[in-house]
Amino acid sequence: MSYLDLFLTFARIGVLTFGGGYAMLPIIQREIVEKKGWVTEAEVMDYYAIGQCTPGVIAVNTATFTGRKVKGNLGGIAATAGVVFPSVVIITFLAALIHGFADLRPVQDALAGIRICVCVLIFNAVLKMWKKAVVDKVTLILYLAILAASVFFDASPVLMVVIAGAVGLIVKGRKQS
Amino acid sequence: MMIYLQLFWEFFKTGLFAIGGGMATVPFLQEISVRTGWFSAADLADMIAVSESTPGPIGINMATYVGYTTVHHHHGPVAAILGGVVATVGLVTPSVIIILIIAKFLEKFRDNRYVNAAMYGLRAASVALISAAGISIVLISVFRISDIRAFRSVVIDYRCFVLAAVILILTRWVPQTRKIHPVVFIALSAAAGILFHMSV
Repeated sequence: MSYLDLFLTFARIGVLTFGGGYAMLPIIQREIVEKKGWVTEAEVMDYYAIGQCTPGVIAVNTATFTGRKVKGNLGGIAATAGVVFPSVVIITFLAALIHGFADLRPVQDALAGIRICVCVLIFNAVLKMWKKAVVDKVTLILYLAILAASVFFDASPVLMVVIAGAVGLIVKGRKQS
Repeated sequence: MMIYLQLFWEFFKTGLFAIGGGMATVPFLQEISVRTGWFSAADLADMIAVSESTPGPIGINMATYVGYTTVHHHHGPVAAILGGVVATVGLVTPSVIIILIIAKFLEKFRDNRYVNAAMYGLRAASVALISAAGISIVLISVFRISDIRAFRSVVIDYRCFVLAAVILILTRWVPQTRKIHPVVFIALSAAAGILFHMSV
């Protein structure tokens, strides 16, 4: 088992994944739990749970965790480099292609159609997240306040995240114990 | 050189504060677009479409695409390749550092009351920020205005509403098509765009 093995395994996971997040869970399970036996099923679930409440992409978090467990901190970096590698290559090619042909009329038309589709995709993503995020009065007020501040006053998202974390700590941090 | 440092820094911040999956990076990218003018809101919508329809985590795809596009506008296609790499490295750096630290305290972290309390607020913030970013993408894509305060110059194009309604119905209410991967709807929308000359 080597850094290269970690890199290549996670590069495979990167190629095979469409959409990230939970969509890639079955592939992660097959590759690193069943085939490689690097981590257990329970550990993967832990990584996912923590990935949800730490910054960054869940796929990357899982790669870092697994790599670190197998080969230490450098292993974590090797696995992370692996999982992002295919994206970087594929997207660079596509971006170059799109920029090369962006001025053509059919490309403009296609992008105009695609943008409409993106609106619906974002709407669907928001609805899915809404059910888990907006669970009571406090979170509803927080949601509406941040939405209004962002839409009408271009509030900084960094500031909004910090405030929301603080509100969470104040409201829930001492209630139970 | 400066542009690479700026890209790294902007994506480092995004990686640090975007919590809860790929779409969570969208509001941060939106804010970068408004503040720096590196790319337009329309570019952002294209990036989301490309990121959704290619393999790999959406957040990573977005970072590579934004990094490439930003440098491409100013320094051409060769320098742009490095731009994509720099933005991606910037995005993952904070999470790699944080995870390497957390891995040592795994058990304690998961059941920590304060972590759960902060998450309660953060989840609401995340969905609110994505909603706001979604609204501005709707404004630019459907109504052809860049800002809600420019509502007087709104363009009403019925083709946009029809296409949006069709996709919405297919992705939400028709059982046979609901589970189909988004890439299929993106491809169909591209075809509709070409067929109906939707860029005017």
